[in-house]
Amino acid sequence: MTDLTELYQDIILDHSKQPRNFGELSAANRHANGYNPLCGDHIEVWAQIDDDLVGKVQFSGSACAICTASASMMTQAVQGKSNEAAGVLFEQMRQMLVGADEGDVGQSELGKLAALGGVRRYPMRVKCATLPWHTFKAAMEENNGQPVTTEQ
Amino acid sequence: MGVATTEPTCLPLDVDRIRRDFPILSAQVHGHPLVYLDNAATSQKPSAVLDALYAYYTQSNSNINRGVHALGERATDAYAKARDVVQSFLNAQSVGEIVFTRGTTEAVNLVAQAYGGSHLKAGDRVLISQMEHHSNIVPWQMVCQQTGADLDVIPVSDDGELMMGRFESQLTDRTKIVAIAHISNAIGTVNPVSKIIQAAHANGAVVLMDAAQSASHMAIDVQSLDCDFLAFSGHKTYGPTGIGVLYGKAALLADMAPYQGGGAMIRSVDFDQTTYRDPPDRFEAGTPNIAGAVGLAAAIGYMNQVGLSRISAYEAGLLDYALQELESVGKVRLIGRASNRAASISFVIDGIHPHDIGTVLDDAGVAIRAGHHCAQPLMNRFGVPATARASIAMYNTKQEVDALVGAVQRAIEVFGI
Repeated sequence: MTDLTELYQDIILDHSKQPRNFGELSAANRHANGYNPLCGDHIEVWAQIDDDLVGKVQFSGSACAICTASASMMTQAVQGKSNEAAGVLFEQMRQMLVGADEGDVGQSELGKLAALGGVRRYPMRVKCATLPWHTFKAAMEENNGQPVTTEQ
Repeated sequence: MGVATTEPTCLPLDVDRIRRDFPILSAQVHGHPLVYLDNAATSQKPSAVLDALYAYYTQSNSNINRGVHALGERATDAYAKARDVVQSFLNAQSVGEIVFTRGTTEAVNLVAQAYGGSHLKAGDRVLISQMEHHSNIVPWQMVCQQTGADLDVIPVSDDGELMMGRFESQLTDRTKIVAIAHISNAIGTVNPVSKIIQAAHANGAVVLMDAAQSASHMAIDVQSLDCDFLAFSGHKTYGPTGIGVLYGKAALLADMAPYQGGGAMIRSVDFDQTTYRDPPDRFEAGTPNIAGAVGLAAAIGYMNQVGLSRISAYEAGLLDYALQELESVGKVRLIGRASNRAASISFVIDGIHPHDIGTVLDDAGVAIRAGHHCAQPLMNRFGVPATARASIAMYNTKQEVDALVGAVQRAIEVFGI
């Protein structure tokens, strides 16, 4: 498998072409914007959080395949988790994508999300994969001020 | 020293010979020969420039206009000679019309603040276009906010050309400054600058030409153009980063207040009253980028040796070939189809984001730019968040265009569209 097919795995292409949970969520009680001005990726994340539980999560926006797939897979992964478990998942993803040692995270723990690990070899593209996660975290923390960015 | 072609200008450009003058062009990227098609962002540097920088730092390095020692004299002389080279490159009337800056961006800011700041008042208008780079938008917005002047924008047609009919009606007696790109960095349109300058002058406005994208592609004669200000960057013209040029007509520069204060721009400093030197020194506060100016002069020397008319003719042929080959890939949609164009090609492929195109191309060693090209209003005009942009230089070849097209086809395969 070349680096390129490791990056653009079938599951990533699938989620980028047919993003799950796409569109504004009218019942959301959490919302945040994510924007990487240098590259132009722009997504919004809506979430319904009740009783310390992540309910429905949706996203919208315009972004590259990596960012769109990461957002789509994230919405599936965090739904139904406790706030704490979602926070742990955020940290595991961060570790897989930008952590000092890629061996730190057992990829089995991440399931399908491990497919995003190929991005690690493309330093210019890591910010694309992390943007939805940081945007989700901002929504959870009700940080609705400035859009989240993963550039710099 | 790098060896440039020295044939008379009637002979075509010898691209193989030119490529040997650019050491980086023999680099490998991801196991492929580098195909560098991001020249609108920055061009590569010939040995002539690298050697000039090395020679400056090993034989002449010193501060200028102060030390009485031998190196001080050499550095002062090298910096002055670099200004002479730029003067003749642009065919400026006098050397005092050449101000060294950090680049085009600083040059535009300098004019916006030092000219616009004192000449604009509430109700005046600054006219720019929808295809400007952010560096020819934001400085004008800033000075408009400071002075109460308004910004007008010449719209762009579906083909990516300025709507000249609209321009003529937007040009009023309130218009004091027109600031316009010679060539669009994003879509390669060559604007009818002579016509714009004549019309602006007839209405009493001054014109700043952003030549960042044209200075390495075509000969520029500021006297025959009759532009009032012109800006370009060293690093897009085969020279180093951090050096650029502002040309300004002597009478305009003489009438302008300083941009920044500091050493080298003063005649005398007293706590009660400080007096300033004449242009260009007035606008060059602090120790300038001496090595950068020396490197830029070497880059201009290199372009002159090859010949700008020969560069233009060669690049025009290559651009036609690239347009034709890219269009033959069915799913590629060109953004901008101006009849007069140069240097840059923007394209999109429906179903593949430009950043993903950029990554697939990079995997094949092909370097292009993906993004909004610091021209977000133009991207909005065409309804795209970003494009992929291939931009050529004198050292690019048909084989490299073929590599680009091959990599674009691979992107289409990888994404299965």
